[in-house]
Amino acid sequence: MDRLINKENVSRRMTGRILLNLIFKVLFLLATMFGLFVLGVLLYRIFTQGIGSLSMDFFTNFASRKPEEAGIKAALTGTIWLMGVVTPVTLILGVGTSLYLEEYAPKNKMTTFIQINISNLAGVPSIVFGLLGLTIFVRAFAMGQSVLAAGLTMSLLILPVIIVAGQEAIRGVPKDLRAASYAMGATKWQTIVRVVLPAAIPGIITGAILALSRAIGETAPLVVVGIPMFIAFLPKTIFDTFTVLPMQIYNWTSRPQEEFQAVAAAGIIVLMVLLISMNSVAVLIRNKFQKRY
Amino acid sequence: MNAVLTKEKQQDSHGRNESLTQKEKVYETKGLNLWYGETQALKNINLDIYQNEVTAIIGPSGCGKSTYIKTLNRMSELVPSVRTSGTIAYRGRNILDKSYKAEDLRTQVGMVFQKPNPFPKSIYENVAYGPKIHGIKNKKLLNEIVEKSLRGAAIWDEVKDRLHENAYGLSGGQQQRLCIARCLAIEPDVILMDEPTSALDPISTLKVEELVQELKKDFSIIIVTHNMQQAARISDRTAFFLNGEVIEFDETNTIFSKPNDQRTEDYITGRFG
Repeated sequence: MDRLINKENVSRRMTGRILLNLIFKVLFLLATMFGLFVLGVLLYRIFTQGIGSLSMDFFTNFASRKPEEAGIKAALTGTIWLMGVVTPVTLILGVGTSLYLEEYAPKNKMTTFIQINISNLAGVPSIVFGLLGLTIFVRAFAMGQSVLAAGLTMSLLILPVIIVAGQEAIRGVPKDLRAASYAMGATKWQTIVRVVLPAAIPGIITGAILALSRAIGETAPLVVVGIPMFIAFLPKTIFDTFTVLPMQIYNWTSRPQEEFQAVAAAGIIVLMVLLISMNSVAVLIRNKFQKRY
Repeated sequence: MNAVLTKEKQQDSHGRNESLTQKEKVYETKGLNLWYGETQALKNINLDIYQNEVTAIIGPSGCGKSTYIKTLNRMSELVPSVRTSGTIAYRGRNILDKSYKAEDLRTQVGMVFQKPNPFPKSIYENVAYGPKIHGIKNKKLLNEIVEKSLRGAAIWDEVKDRLHENAYGLSGGQQQRLCIARCLAIEPDVILMDEPTSALDPISTLKVEELVQELKKDFSIIIVTHNMQQAARISDRTAFFLNGEVIEFDETNTIFSKPNDQRTEDYITGRFG
């Protein structure tokens, strides 16, 4: 029988192919390690620098001119206040928008146009949202440098992310579940409340938490809105002014005194613990509800 | 008002067709056309469905049989580009009329799908879903409905001890009978079945077929099937669809023993399709 493939050549090339396979494996491993290494160095530096300044007083003191008395009470409380505005606003608007786009909107050019713009908004630099917030909320609506103005600005920033995540979660609910509901005479709203949302909620919450943790770490829009960096009181209502963790950290790092670097590092530890725990919750929710169909 | 209309219709058909049938018509389809965008999927369908009968719809893939059954509870509307013409009278009233609310129609016409599609909820919640969306809140009444429906779908003995476990723990055949129970729970008049056994093993298929025989005492059943033996076994009347048209519609015995049309004969003897 005539053979078209020369088996000798095939076995001669074998060593080379297997070697190339190994080379790429090592290359990709190194790429992963590089990222981990940089992260490790960063964490090491922050922790060795900041751990000394972490104490109960650090949490209960306001910002101060003296590094040994400086604390993050105002910033931590301010971040919580900010989240208190951002969370409900983004959840209501975000879930509402994604439900409309997925379940109600007719499939036409207008919907496609809105869809494209939402995706584009997700890529707009945060400082641009800061300018928008300054023009609309701070100036036009005269909200000043308040929790409300900053919260609404931040909400605009992360809304596109929440909407896109929500749409994906809603789209992931199998079509035949909706069909089963409609076939029993359920209205669209009943189907959404009883079938679509319960199945989509894990995905929506995961997306929302990731987006919220972005809002916690974001500084640029708040600088533009004009949130103060040094504050020695707590907001009493959403119309009061305030500051947040990243602003406080930015303020400390820009001080000339060496001691403030340690205080800043302590602030970074607090911020990172907050972010990592939020992301962990998101991962936990995702794992718990995965593989339901 | 509906009842009066039905009465008249009944007398009408008695007067005209006494020799053909004594049974009441549930659906009367006249000149039904349906388009998906530019593609015509149903062409001038004329078909009557009779009460307490099993009507089988057979035909090769893409012949429009699933499309037709979906127009009977207007699930076809869920595809955005669908257009229809003609009339489908359900108990004397045209369901293609815009004033007929699809939700209203679907409380009378239940549907069982090709793939078992229970909700990711407990067995109990699956069956209670329909009554609950129709506004029934009374716990005791719901319990009764759930038990009656599960018994009606011949699955009660298998699930009575685990009503509050997730329905996804059931086997494929059990899930399909649960879906039938869920459909019975709304106490429909008609049950539409869109290839209900195509995803099931032979034993589960047999159970569903036996169930269909039992159910036709109380309901009118329309079943789409790929399986000609199944149509011959369980149905009273059979409609043969080809390329969106009804080629032949007659009593099942006639269709399978001496069909009128050559194409019907070719199909049921396995020469194509």
